[in-house]
Amino acid sequence: MALLGLAVVCVLSAAGCRQDMQDQPKFIPLRSNDFYADHRSARDPLPGTVPWTKTPLNEDVYFFSGKRGNAFGNDLPANIKFDRALLARGQDRYNIYCTPCHSVVGDGNGMIVQRGYRRPPSLHDPRLRNAPLGYFFDVMSNGLGAMPDYASQIKPEDRWAITAYIRALQLSQNARESDMAAQDKATPGPSDIRMPDTSATPQKPGAPATMPQGGKQ
Amino acid sequence: MSQTFHRSANTLARASILGMVLLLSAVGSALFKLQRSPYVTGQHIAPDQPVPFSHQHHVAGLGLDCRYCHTSVEQSSFAGIPPTKTCMNCHAQIWTNAALLEPVRNSFRTGESLQWTRVHDLPDFVYFNHSIHLNKGVGCESCHGRVDEMPLMYLENTLQMEWCLSCHREPEKFLRPRKEVFSMTYQQPSPEHAVEVGGTKYFSQEKLGAALKDMYHLRTMRDITSCSTCHR
Repeated sequence: MALLGLAVVCVLSAAGCRQDMQDQPKFIPLRSNDFYADHRSARDPLPGTVPWTKTPLNEDVYFFSGKRGNAFGNDLPANIKFDRALLARGQDRYNIYCTPCHSVVGDGNGMIVQRGYRRPPSLHDPRLRNAPLGYFFDVMSNGLGAMPDYASQIKPEDRWAITAYIRALQLSQNARESDMAAQDKATPGPSDIRMPDTSATPQKPGAPATMPQGGKQ
Repeated sequence: MSQTFHRSANTLARASILGMVLLLSAVGSALFKLQRSPYVTGQHIAPDQPVPFSHQHHVAGLGLDCRYCHTSVEQSSFAGIPPTKTCMNCHAQIWTNAALLEPVRNSFRTGESLQWTRVHDLPDFVYFNHSIHLNKGVGCESCHGRVDEMPLMYLENTLQMEWCLSCHREPEKFLRPRKEVFSMTYQQPSPEHAVEVGGTKYFSQEKLGAALKDMYHLRTMRDITSCSTCHR
């Protein structure tokens, strides 16, 4: 009997009767909380809070809107440096957030479209090939038609990187051999820009045969 | 006057010493097992959720990247549970009448949060940061398992301290190149299968791990097994 009692005590002490350290009364991201009536630990800004992404707190209107006055600009903001790293970042982000609908080549035949989402226009339509860069930034920030906005998922600098990559994609899908430098004709494709890892997922049946491949993976 | 104890009590007394040792070790090992059992850790048990969300369908079936929903995983301690709006990015037009998704639509209509049951819940006295693990070359899969094969989310590993330390003591056994961190199908290098980093091909995890440890500036084993690294 005493042994049984000992075993019970051991079990209880091992399981831990008090969990005060385990469950501390502090805010953990997204954990519900009884302090506020709506049980949210993540709070909305107070009414009247001025977002720092809007004027007058931030002077760089173009960086946050893609617009100068009411017109879309066709250049990158001053604080975005155009280089290979920007395009690589843009490709990376494009492949995460855009390919579900727009597909890796931008023809609008992504997996979600194949499952019934309204088909977006191809990024290689003449209208979009001629659209200014600021236009793409604006659509990503505010959405357009069936496309939801991605402002909360993609940071502004990444939206600009995607914008730059979309332009590169448009150029690549409509490139002629004469557009290429002589040394690139031998080994097409920059080796440090990676195509998405498609081995993890079955190849989409609708993926076109014209998918650009890096020369050296 | 007869003796209080019969002669056989001597044998019983000796046997009881052995019996006590056996009993204590049995209880001890039972507790040892219990503490690591799914009953305590929740390992391999998928809890009920408001919506039976399938990572298998969204990751393997549709090819969504982890970061489409878990947007802050690269910069933040917290990977981020997507707001209902992220669900509605697609489900505004797909499966719009599915009864299973009614909690999602209701959440979107009313602004009430979906109350998910957290599967990977560390004790509050543990400091954990996703971003540093990714940036040092620890894959999602290393801790979360093959999420692309989980119709319902469950714990692949115990998340107990001994499990954390099993990697913190020898991270080189688990490191992978940064570009493979989000891959669910990454294979460690082997004599038949090379993994290339920075133009060099590696044929063993030993060599790759050592190179990555250097390349990604991992702190020393002493640093990352220090108490205050995780309990701060």
